[in-house]
Amino acid sequence: MDFERILTTVAGELFAPTTAAYALAAIGLNIHFGLTGLLNFGQAGFMLLGAYGFAVSTIAGFPIWAALLVAVACSTVFALVLGIPTLKLRGDYLAIVTIAAAEIVRIVGRSTALTDVTGASSGLRGDSYKETFHSLSPFGDGSSTIGPFTYSNSFSNSWWLRVVAWVVVALACLLVWRLMRSPWGRVLKGIREDEDAVRSLGKNVYAYKMQALVLGGVIGSIAGILYVLPRAVQPDSMGRPMTFWVWTILLLGGAATVFGPVLGSMLFWSVLMLIRVVGRDVIPSSVMSTAQIEQFGWIVVGVTLMLLVIFRPQGILGDKKELAINVR
Amino acid sequence: MSADAATALAGVPRTPGAAKPDPILVADDVVRRFGGITAVDVRHIEVQRGTITALIGPNGAGKTTLFNLLTGFDRPNSGSWTFEGRSLGGVPAARVSKAGMVRTFQLTKALSRMTVMENMRLGAKDQPGESLVKALVPPLWRAREKEITAKAEELLDRFKLYEKRDDFAGSLSGGQRKLLEMARALMSDPTMVMLDEPMAGVNPALTQSLLGHIQGLRDQGTTVLFVEHDMHMVRHISDWVAVMAEGRLVAEGTPGTVMADPAVIDAYLGAHHDTDLGDDALLDESVARQLEQEAAAEAKAHEEEQR
Ligand SMILES: Nc1ncnc2c1ncn2[C@@H]1O[C@H](COP(=O)(O)OP(=O)(O)O)[C@@H](O)[C@H]1O
Ligand SMILES: [Mg+2]
Repeated sequence: MDFERILTTVAGELFAPTTAAYALAAIGLNIHFGLTGLLNFGQAGFMLLGAYGFAVSTIAGFPIWAALLVAVACSTVFALVLGIPTLKLRGDYLAIVTIAAAEIVRIVGRSTALTDVTGASSGLRGDSYKETFHSLSPFGDGSSTIGPFTYSNSFSNSWWLRVVAWVVVALACLLVWRLMRSPWGRVLKGIREDEDAVRSLGKNVYAYKMQALVLGGVIGSIAGILYVLPRAVQPDSMGRPMTFWVWTILLLGGAATVFGPVLGSMLFWSVLMLIRVVGRDVIPSSVMSTAQIEQFGWIVVGVTLMLLVIFRPQGILGDKKELAINVR
Repeated sequence: MSADAATALAGVPRTPGAAKPDPILVADDVVRRFGGITAVDVRHIEVQRGTITALIGPNGAGKTTLFNLLTGFDRPNSGSWTFEGRSLGGVPAARVSKAGMVRTFQLTKALSRMTVMENMRLGAKDQPGESLVKALVPPLWRAREKEITAKAEELLDRFKLYEKRDDFAGSLSGGQRKLLEMARALMSDPTMVMLDEPMAGVNPALTQSLLGHIQGLRDQGTTVLFVEHDMHMVRHISDWVAVMAEGRLVAEGTPGTVMADPAVIDAYLGAHHDTDLGDDALLDESVARQLEQEAAAEAKAHEEEQR
């Protein structure tokens, strides 16, 4: 076994762009679920919509800021469309509607009727929309090595993308930290505990839930952009499993905490990588093929989620005392 | 009964739906049906401003449903009502509360995983930091937050919850949660408070001072409408009593006249044969002591349950 290679691969996952994208998506979900108690089971839909909004408008010739605005606008409209009929109803309705709506985004995106726009099921090639982002890079061409890590400076899965992605994650953490400690965050927390009590105190619960849904969704759509910048837009890789992993990450790190989503994402992706590389080295291919080891990694994820919900529902960073209060 | 309230209500006929000299709340033909049963069918009711009005009636009389309707938590099949001259029919609960009519719930709604202090702060009005954009700029709301906190501390002190201010509301006993809910409702300086069984489960050692608070509210000009089962308490603090049975308003009057009314004894005592309506002493010594012991036992049991 080559320990150094394993360690490097695993450590590389800790700050990979995908890890940052998932952390950001989980931060958005944290605003929905952790802060407000909204059950959004369609975070991947927001991500895919952000990715499409950005990629399609960039391909159409929009500058990067306009493409970003398009992504934000798409997810805002999506959140409003989901929220208007459901946020006045019981929480379960939002859950059902978001699962379905995210699937609709994916299915519409991959339909052959839209081949000219979204590339249907084969999606959009990365090269077709990455250029505006690359050209903003101050790092120039070529690649650089820092310690054991070598990545291209600006292109695709680059240092530039890593810097931008983690700065965005840091800003999102700052935003959540500020909001959680504000009177606005207090109202959301009240809504999470008991909507009617908050209503009786004169707060427009519907408006607050809508704000939370839009804000978390917009953050999800930006996560979607970060997710597709080092790869291609592939609708089928952004379906229900993606939503499920974002949930796992949030619950692993701890809902209603500032850094839970970040820690969750880092752990999730590095442990998954650890299982894969160790598995490939240790398990003879007569027992498990590489593809099976990959599957095995996902099984571990599923089991982890179950154990987590049963034994540590507050996650790693969550406040045990807070969760110990049984809601009566 | 306060002297002012007594003079104001002196000329009011003791009949259900009687007109008041200065009504703050007027409701007409309010009907709410659940499937086959008519939970509320109130022709006309007026609540006099600045008084303590008790709403009594056997279980299932429709008192809570009437509260839900008036405060926008439920929609009637028909009916209309005004609060301070403003029509409030169909107005959502949050706007009713903002208009100055704040309620508490029979089944307490303390926000369990928030501290007592956070619960209180949530009750305040006019906190600019409750807007998403202003929340990002603390200087815009810090000063108001200080005022709110000071007010909350003062109220918590009055309701004997000051020591608990940093505890989760979910760790309080049932009675303490009732107190918290009432204190929280007062954070917005409501014109009218609607209390649904505010004393149920409250430690008897505290009821006396709580009664004092309710009277104090009235004396500062707040109108109080409350549902209560304890006849001693109703007799002791209310200026006016309205009686509901099977959804209708069946009697109204001063506590003395209402409790002597045969219709009330029929409707109400039908369900409460052992209720003593006549005794004017709020809690005589031996009863008080017995209740206190029961409460202590309950509190102890509650503490054990917590562990
Ligand atoms: N949500 C509901 N669905 C069906 N029936 C209800 C509902 N709420 C109240 N009721 C019925 O309405 C009647 C009045 O109830 P309620 O207002 O709670 O009485 P009270 O508060 O006077 O004890 C009861 O018969 C009760 O069963
Ligand atoms: Mg009731």
